[in-house]
Amino acid sequence: MSDHLAVMLERAKDGVRSFGLARWIIVGFLLLIWFIAGIFTDNDLGTLLGDCLVRSGMNGLLVLALVLPIRAGSGLNFGIPLGIVCGLVGGIFSLELAAANPFGLSWLSGVESLSRGGSGFLIAHAVALPLSALLGLGFGWLLEKVRGQEMMVGIYVGFGAVAGMCVLWLKAPLTSPELIWPIGGDGVRNTIVLQDYYKWILDSWGEVSFGSFAPGALDPQGNAPAFTRSGGFYLPTGLMLFWLGACGLMAVFLKTRLGTALSAAGENPEYARSIGIPVARMRRWSIVISTMLAASGIIVYSQSYGFYQLYKAALWMAFPAVASILLGGASLRRAGVMHVIIGTLLFQSLLTTSLPTVNSLVQNSPYREGLANLPEIARLVIQNGVILYALSRASRGSR
Amino acid sequence: MMARAVIRLLSRYAVPILFVVVCTAAITVADMNLSRISTDVLERFFRNLFLVLSLVIPIVAGLGLNFGIVLGAMAGQIGLMTVQNAKVPGLGGISVAVICSIPIAMLLGWLTGLLFNRTRGREMITGIILGFFANGIYQLLFLILAGPVIPYHAKDLLLPQGMGLRVTINLTSVERGLDDVMTIPLRTSAVVQEGTPGAKVQADGSYVKVTRWGEIPMLTLLVNVALCVLIWLLFRTKLGQDLRAVGQDPGVAEVAGIKVNRCRIIAIILSMVLAGIGQIIFLQNMTVMNTFQSHEQVGFYAIAALLVGGATVTRVTIWNAIFGTLLFHALFSIISVAAQNPKLLNSPQIGEYLREFFLYAIIGTTLAIHAWRSRSAARAS
Amino acid sequence: MPTSPVLELRKIEKAYFGTRVLKGVELSLHAGEIHALLGENGAGKSTLMNVLFGMPVIRETGGFSGEVLLEGKPVSIRSPKEAMKLGIGMVHQEFMLIPGFEVHENIKLNREPLLGLPVRRVLGRSLDLLDIARMRRESRESLARIKLEVSERALVADLPVGHMQFVEIAREVDKGDVRVLVFDEPTAVLTESEAETLLGVMRDLADRGIAILFITHRLDEVMSAADTVTILRDGELVSCSRKDETSIPEIAERMVGRDVSTEARTGAGHAPSADHEPILIVEDLRVEMPGEEVRGVDFTVEKGEILGIGGLAGQGKIGIANGIMGLAPATGRVAVAGEELRLNSPKDALGRGLAFVSEDRRGVGLLLDESVEMNIAIPAIEIHGRFLRAPFLGPFAPVDRGGVRRHAKEAIADLDIRTTGPTQVVRRLSGGNQQKVCLARALVLEPRLLLVSEPTRGIDVGAKELILDRLRKLNREHGLTILMTSSELGELRSLCHRVAIISEGRIAGILTPDDPDVQYGLLMSGGTL
Repeated sequence: MSDHLAVMLERAKDGVRSFGLARWIIVGFLLLIWFIAGIFTDNDLGTLLGDCLVRSGMNGLLVLALVLPIRAGSGLNFGIPLGIVCGLVGGIFSLELAAANPFGLSWLSGVESLSRGGSGFLIAHAVALPLSALLGLGFGWLLEKVRGQEMMVGIYVGFGAVAGMCVLWLKAPLTSPELIWPIGGDGVRNTIVLQDYYKWILDSWGEVSFGSFAPGALDPQGNAPAFTRSGGFYLPTGLMLFWLGACGLMAVFLKTRLGTALSAAGENPEYARSIGIPVARMRRWSIVISTMLAASGIIVYSQSYGFYQLYKAALWMAFPAVASILLGGASLRRAGVMHVIIGTLLFQSLLTTSLPTVNSLVQNSPYREGLANLPEIARLVIQNGVILYALSRASRGSR
Repeated sequence: MMARAVIRLLSRYAVPILFVVVCTAAITVADMNLSRISTDVLERFFRNLFLVLSLVIPIVAGLGLNFGIVLGAMAGQIGLMTVQNAKVPGLGGISVAVICSIPIAMLLGWLTGLLFNRTRGREMITGIILGFFANGIYQLLFLILAGPVIPYHAKDLLLPQGMGLRVTINLTSVERGLDDVMTIPLRTSAVVQEGTPGAKVQADGSYVKVTRWGEIPMLTLLVNVALCVLIWLLFRTKLGQDLRAVGQDPGVAEVAGIKVNRCRIIAIILSMVLAGIGQIIFLQNMTVMNTFQSHEQVGFYAIAALLVGGATVTRVTIWNAIFGTLLFHALFSIISVAAQNPKLLNSPQIGEYLREFFLYAIIGTTLAIHAWRSRSAARAS
Repeated sequence: MPTSPVLELRKIEKAYFGTRVLKGVELSLHAGEIHALLGENGAGKSTLMNVLFGMPVIRETGGFSGEVLLEGKPVSIRSPKEAMKLGIGMVHQEFMLIPGFEVHENIKLNREPLLGLPVRRVLGRSLDLLDIARMRRESRESLARIKLEVSERALVADLPVGHMQFVEIAREVDKGDVRVLVFDEPTAVLTESEAETLLGVMRDLADRGIAILFITHRLDEVMSAADTVTILRDGELVSCSRKDETSIPEIAERMVGRDVSTEARTGAGHAPSADHEPILIVEDLRVEMPGEEVRGVDFTVEKGEILGIGGLAGQGKIGIANGIMGLAPATGRVAVAGEELRLNSPKDALGRGLAFVSEDRRGVGLLLDESVEMNIAIPAIEIHGRFLRAPFLGPFAPVDRGGVRRHAKEAIADLDIRTTGPTQVVRRLSGGNQQKVCLARALVLEPRLLLVSEPTRGIDVGAKELILDRLRKLNREHGLTILMTSSELGELRSLCHRVAIISEGRIAGILTPDDPDVQYGLLMSGGTL
């Protein structure tokens, strides 16, 4: 019996150790913030906790998108804005269906109902996924050609995709009045409200809340559903299930024959080649899946956020995702699903809780306007510090 | 044989050639106002050249495109803030700003060099992320600590609460302090028919139209020429030869007794110091500093300009920098004019996004070609 | 030679981690002589050079004992730079040239003549201008001294490979006070005529009073150029004699000779299957493997035999197995059990029942950060679809962890792999145990022909014995056919039925283990029987 206990204790110790010092520090920091928030400010811990879950679920898929490229040996996929752009195209497509004559095509009219609710969410995916698969294939092909500089080229593919899309957004043949500027002005609006379409379609599925407002609930006037959540703990059941389900699928995939081959290709390409694994194809497909996950990821993100943000919003989205998975314990060469879950929860919690906490702490300070910048500065430093640390740690010559 | 050589030349200078074609086409199609473009391009050229030149040394030393010059630019801005705080005017102000920025740039360069030596082979991506990271630290310094800790006091620098700097700072003291010392306007005059718009009647009754093509800031020109000469000289010194050797083959250089890591750090320090001065020249021309943004894209723009001039990740000459700056800013200037032209894009917004797209596309494509080539070279050997 | 030696090495002893690699080696070099240094791989030549040039690796591993004397005076050389200052230079096997530099810049690399400017006092020497005119002039003179007709302004990258070697020599010569010059296999990359010119240049230099140490394995070159011949074997000095007092067969025998008879020889006792059924037929196999190029080999492996492939490093023996397995680009014809093998396809080779234990254990053989069990199982999962649950799911079939574990436990017991358990990460195992894992992952494929490259390189004696013993047992008891590549001639002769010796990318001859040492020596040194 005591043997058993000793083994358990040893396991626990191993677990603690493998969790890593850096992560313990972040956890400690997080607990400290929560402690401060609970004692010294009038923030409701339940609300904070709920927000953390929502933010993690929103961002989780984008972080999950990074696992396969790392495992297949392409390093950190800074090119996920490419997938994000595809997701946005799918999303805007689904919304355009609500127009009288979508895309100016009369034979498409009368499908307005398709753009709302679950079907809109699905149509967005139906357009985004094939598109992202196609572009992902091209992106994967490119990365194969520039082996050794994947991360640099990835950054610029991401940037280029976003900037290129900006031009296209301005010239998109859209007609729905909710998408285009009412008078004057070119192209699509900057932000598009999902209120009447599929806002919170995942979040509200099986939601659990303690407190006043919840998605789907009516606002005090009994009109449209509320825009913001406030007061009390909120569990976005559907969102969490979607994310964790995707993580679970990924974990299962990694344990299959193909997943094993893919990991072997990343860990030691020479080895993989010697046993007949098509290394280049593994890397290419990892990029395709990554791009598709990013496309889906932005739709999930937006349904929870309540808006599609177009134009340059996607430009910087790769970096927090990359920082999350690294914070979760991944490196340039190793990544697992647990790294995604831990990293996303940690990083998003940190972002979500620090802002209101600092704001309430400094509200009586004469410097409150300056100090209110602290959370954003901390985000910049932590996010890029984590990436920098990972880059400097990887052994020389390796990608 | 001949055809092969031509193809090789074309592929080597594909980017600049493409640029000349695009620019010429846009100008002809849209029938643009050449004097306006020329003025704009000249202004931008002298504003940016120094920054672009600051990238040359690290490329020769094998560190690739130094995205870390963002840190050097920050050092330059710190120099300018200090001068603005103390209200040192004109050329003297610029000198003080430069003197202030140099030790900071050296320190940052040294630290960056140490980091790059740890991340050999990944200097560029490290440089990019380092720029973002440094931006966080910079914000901490000048949004939070400036005022309470860093002893800036000038009203036009600090926010009213006394913490943090203003988002834009008018550089009233060093405003065009270098450019305006002496300028030579470029003008041509032509005899024209009576009634031509803008024509003026002369004493002899003929009509003459004067076209302005822009101004040349002589002192700025002089500074840039001096830098070119200094870089040229550097590569004829022992240090320069060592840098070249390290850039070509660090392994052989090491065996020959050259201190490779030291050389790499020196290259980065030089680049940082030059970038700091470059940013000061840039901002004295702009006259307004976006405290938290001016430095952000410095690396991207300067690098794109250099690449447009035909430089690669491993090969560069001073002429690449000069032609690149000229071409790149010609394109930028033409795109913004073309974007408003009803015959072309008819949307100023598109111009802005197109510029950005070109910026990323140039850098991305060059990097891709470089990686592609070095891979096939590695496979061939 | 009447003069006293320029350089003397006395009683040099060196051990790496308890293994003695130099056992009291003596060497004396006289001015004006060409002194050939011969020995198999691992005989201690490179270690001796590392000692002579004060390479850091020597100091880092505990230094050496013995004396180095330069013109009769003991010296202590602590870095290659110090060696250079003392006038000891080296022409490297792989070129230490900067391809993007012109010839004169390479010759003067880090020794550039400088123009002292007044600013020197402020800025230090590093900002002195190069004296380019002098660089060119002196380089031109040095090139002339070795009779190389190349412009000093030519870009090294544009030179033919043969000329690069000469530029290196010019650099050493340019150092002026060079007294001892070491040539490390200088003719390896040269054409025949270039090699001849090089030997002529060496003679010239020697005549000018430079002592030359000539490391090579080509006996004909030794006979045509050298004055004195020193032979090392297993870190010991075998002999040092004047060239005219020795002969090629004698040298060959001394290089290889060791008392093999005491080792157990399988060859003598166990004959290949009586019907001589070929299992592998190789015709005109050419393999592009950098440094181990194969330039057309033909041979047959018969069912049930162990065929050894031996030869010196760099001659191409490693390339053969890698070419057959599709790991290095190959052309030619290979047939396995009568069916043509698709070259350059590892999958085809593995699918036809070949399995490979690579010489590059850590690079190709293993996933260092994976567990022992997965390392053993992954090839079988990939090639045969073994260890899968629900195999009908194809690529999405989950791996059967239980089966993997069970098999790994068997293999661990069978091969005596010393590990804390099947889940231990392979990186943490010793070299010998890593090699056993490599063997296990090859055997799990149940091959009909096992290719083994350098199975005992860099592993301890116990593991060595076990692995050789296991190979012997697999052959005797299970009739497994083995193609074994090794640099250890003794090992090949003790294990194999036949041994093919590779020289210059071709088969110099196929011997039986009982053939005399001199034949082995001759074949290895590029000679014929």
